[in-house]
Amino acid sequence: MGPAALSLLPMSDSPIAGLDRTQLLVLYHSLVVTRAAEERLEVLHKQGHVTGEVYSSLGQEAGAVGAAFALDRRTDGTGDFLAPTVRAAGALFLFGGELVDFFRQYMARATGPTGGKEASVHWVDFQKGIVGPVSPLGTMLEVMAGITLSFKVRGEPRVGIVFYGDAASSTGAWHEGLNFSAVQRCPLILMVEANQWMFSTATTMNTRVQSFTDKAAGYGIGSESVDGTDIVAVYEAVSRAAKRARAGEGTQMVELSYYRRLDYVQHDPQESVDPDELAMWEGRDPISLFERRVLEEGWAEEPELEEIRGRAEEDCRLAAEQAVSEPVPYGPEAVKGIYTDTVTPHPWTRTDEPDKRATSELKT
Amino acid sequence: MNRPAPEHLKKTARGEPVTLLEAISEGLFEEMVQDDRVFLMGEDIGVYGGAFKVTRGFLDYFGDLRVIDTPIAEGGFTGAAAGAAHMGLRPVVEMQFMDFISPAYDVLTNYIATSLYRGAGPMPIVVRGPVGGGNRGGPFHSQNVEMAFFHTPGLKIVYPSTAYDAKGLMKAAIRDDNPVIFEEHKVLYRAPALREVLPEEDYVVPLGEARIVREGSDLTLVTYGAMVHKSVEAAVQLEEQDGVGVEIIDLRTLLPLDEDAIVESMKRTGRVLIVHEDTRTGGIAGEIAIRLNERAFEWLDAPILRVTAIDSPVPYAGSLEDYFLPQVEDIVTAGRYLAAY
Repeated sequence: MGPAALSLLPMSDSPIAGLDRTQLLVLYHSLVVTRAAEERLEVLHKQGHVTGEVYSSLGQEAGAVGAAFALDRRTDGTGDFLAPTVRAAGALFLFGGELVDFFRQYMARATGPTGGKEASVHWVDFQKGIVGPVSPLGTMLEVMAGITLSFKVRGEPRVGIVFYGDAASSTGAWHEGLNFSAVQRCPLILMVEANQWMFSTATTMNTRVQSFTDKAAGYGIGSESVDGTDIVAVYEAVSRAAKRARAGEGTQMVELSYYRRLDYVQHDPQESVDPDELAMWEGRDPISLFERRVLEEGWAEEPELEEIRGRAEEDCRLAAEQAVSEPVPYGPEAVKGIYTDTVTPHPWTRTDEPDKRATSELKT
Repeated sequence: MNRPAPEHLKKTARGEPVTLLEAISEGLFEEMVQDDRVFLMGEDIGVYGGAFKVTRGFLDYFGDLRVIDTPIAEGGFTGAAAGAAHMGLRPVVEMQFMDFISPAYDVLTNYIATSLYRGAGPMPIVVRGPVGGGNRGGPFHSQNVEMAFFHTPGLKIVYPSTAYDAKGLMKAAIRDDNPVIFEEHKVLYRAPALREVLPEEDYVVPLGEARIVREGSDLTLVTYGAMVHKSVEAAVQLEEQDGVGVEIIDLRTLLPLDEDAIVESMKRTGRVLIVHEDTRTGGIAGEIAIRLNERAFEWLDAPILRVTAIDSPVPYAGSLEDYFLPQVEDIVTAGRYLAAY
C-alpha cells in the first residue's frame, strides 16, 4: 500500500519537517485514500447501501493524518493509542484500520468488526491501538484518560491521542475527563477539531474563548494551536506534544484550526453557511496545499501523485465492492454478547409458551 | 508483596467476627493482594481511607498507583475506569455515596454497559458504595440506586445483606468480566447483629444466585439488602402470632435476577410478597410480579403484593424517614392479608 516501490527522484536539500520522500508520499497517500473512501461512501449512501448516516472530513483530512503520522503505530498491541472521531477517518486508516472494515461498518455487515451492532468508525482493535468512539461526546476523553493512566501505572513510554469536535468541549464529560487526565499527568494528547461548527450551530454560540487553547490553561496543561489544513504543521505540532507527553510532562492539547466544508451529515442542507467563507476554505484544501508543496520542492512529480490517487480510488472501489457483497447479520444475533457469561433469553413470545400447571396440581 | 496485612484487616485470619463493612474491606484487600490488576479509584479513599473507612490502610499498603484519590468527578473517573479496563486492569471505583453515581450514569449506561456488545471487549469494573436510608442522611445520602441501572442490559447489580455474602459477592464481582454495581447498605455496615466469623479460606458467592434465608410453606417473601433483616423479624411474628410459615428469599444479586429461585418457592407456597426499601413505582417488585405472571400464573393463590418505601425523596427528619421506609409492621400486615386470602 505504501509508495516505496515508486522510482526515486533526486532528493531536495531541505527536507520537509525532517521527513524523507517515502514518508511524504505515505502522508499523501493517507490523505487521498481518506478522501477517496469518503467519496466512495457517499456513492454507496446514494445507492442505498448505507444503513445510517455518512459523515465527511472534507477539509479536515490533514488534521487526522498529520497527527496519526506523528505517533508510534504498531500492530502488536504495544504502540500508541488512538480514539478518532467520525471526522478523523484518516487517522484510523494510518493506525491500520482496514478500508473494507470502514465500509462494512457503515453498511452494517455481519463481517464487520462489530458484526453490525455498531456504526461507522465506532470499532475497536486494541492490537493496532484503535479505540473507536461512542456517540455521547466527551466520553472518549474520560476513556482515553484511563487508557493512558494504564501506560503511566505500568511505566510504559506510550501515549494516547483523542480527537473530538470543538463543541464536545462544552460537555461535562470533557471537563471531567480532561481534569482527571491533567491531575494524573496522563500521557494523553487532545486533538480539538476546531472546524467552526457544531451540527448547525456556530462555534461562537458554543464558547466565549477565541481559541480552545485558552481552555487548556484552565487545566494547567500544555497546548498549541495549528493550521489544520497544513499537514506538515500538524505533524510537527503533534510530534512536539507526543514528545512532551512521553517525557512525563502530562496531558497536552493541540487545536486544529480549520473548517467543516461539508454538512454535518448527508441530509443537512447547510443553509447557515456563508458561501464566501466556504469558498475561502475551499481555496485552502489540505490535499491541494500539500500536493503543491511536494511538487514545488521536487519531492515527486505529478504522474507519481496521479498514480497514488488512482491506486487509492481503486482500493476503495474494491473494498466497497467486497463489503457490498457480504451479508448483514442474522436477526437472532441481537441477543448475543450482552454478558460474557450469561445468555440473554428470547422472550417467551418468540419461543416457547409459559409452562402451565398440570390439572392434577391444582389446589382445591 | 509479602508484607503483612494491616492488623485491622486480619480479623478473619485471627478467627474474630467481622462486620459487613469489615467483610467488604477484607474482600477488596485480598483481591488486591492476589491480583495486581485490581486497583481502586474514588474520592478520599486513599489518605482518608474512604468516607466510611472501607479502604483504611490501603494507600500505605498498595501505594498511590493502586489507590487513587480522584477529583470530585464521578463521570470522569468512572470513564477512566473503562479505559483502564480496556487495557487489562480491573478497576474498583468507589462512589462516596451512591446518590452521587448520577454523573456517571452516562458513561455506565452508554459506554461501559455496551462495550462487550459493541465488540469493544469486556468491562471488568466494580462500582461500589454506600446506599440506603435509616441513617437520617436526607435526600442525597440515603438513596437506593438499583432501579436506575436495572433497565440497562450489560450491567450486573449486587446488594448483599450479610457479612458472609458481602465478602463473597465482592470477590465474585471483582473476578467477574462484566461491570457490576455493588450496593452496600450503610445501616448494615457496622450493625453489631451482623458480625460473624467468616471462613478463613478464600471463597466466593456466585453472582445471580439467590439464597433462602428461612423456609416456610405458606408464603414466599422476596427481598434483599437491609429489608432482609426486617423481613426476618416480621416472619418470626407471623409464625408466632398467626402460625404462618414464611419462606424468605434474599435475592443478593438483582441483575441477573434469580427468577428460578422465586418461581420454585412460589410453586410451593402459592403466595408472594415482595419487600424492598427502594421507592414503589418502577421498583423491582413490578418486574418480579410480571415475571411470575408470565411464568407461573396458575400457581398463584393470591395476588402478588409489595411492601416498599413510598414514592418520595428520602426525608431528613427521623419521624419522616421512619414513615417513608418500610417497617416490620407493614410487612406483617401484608403477610397476614396474603395468608388469609
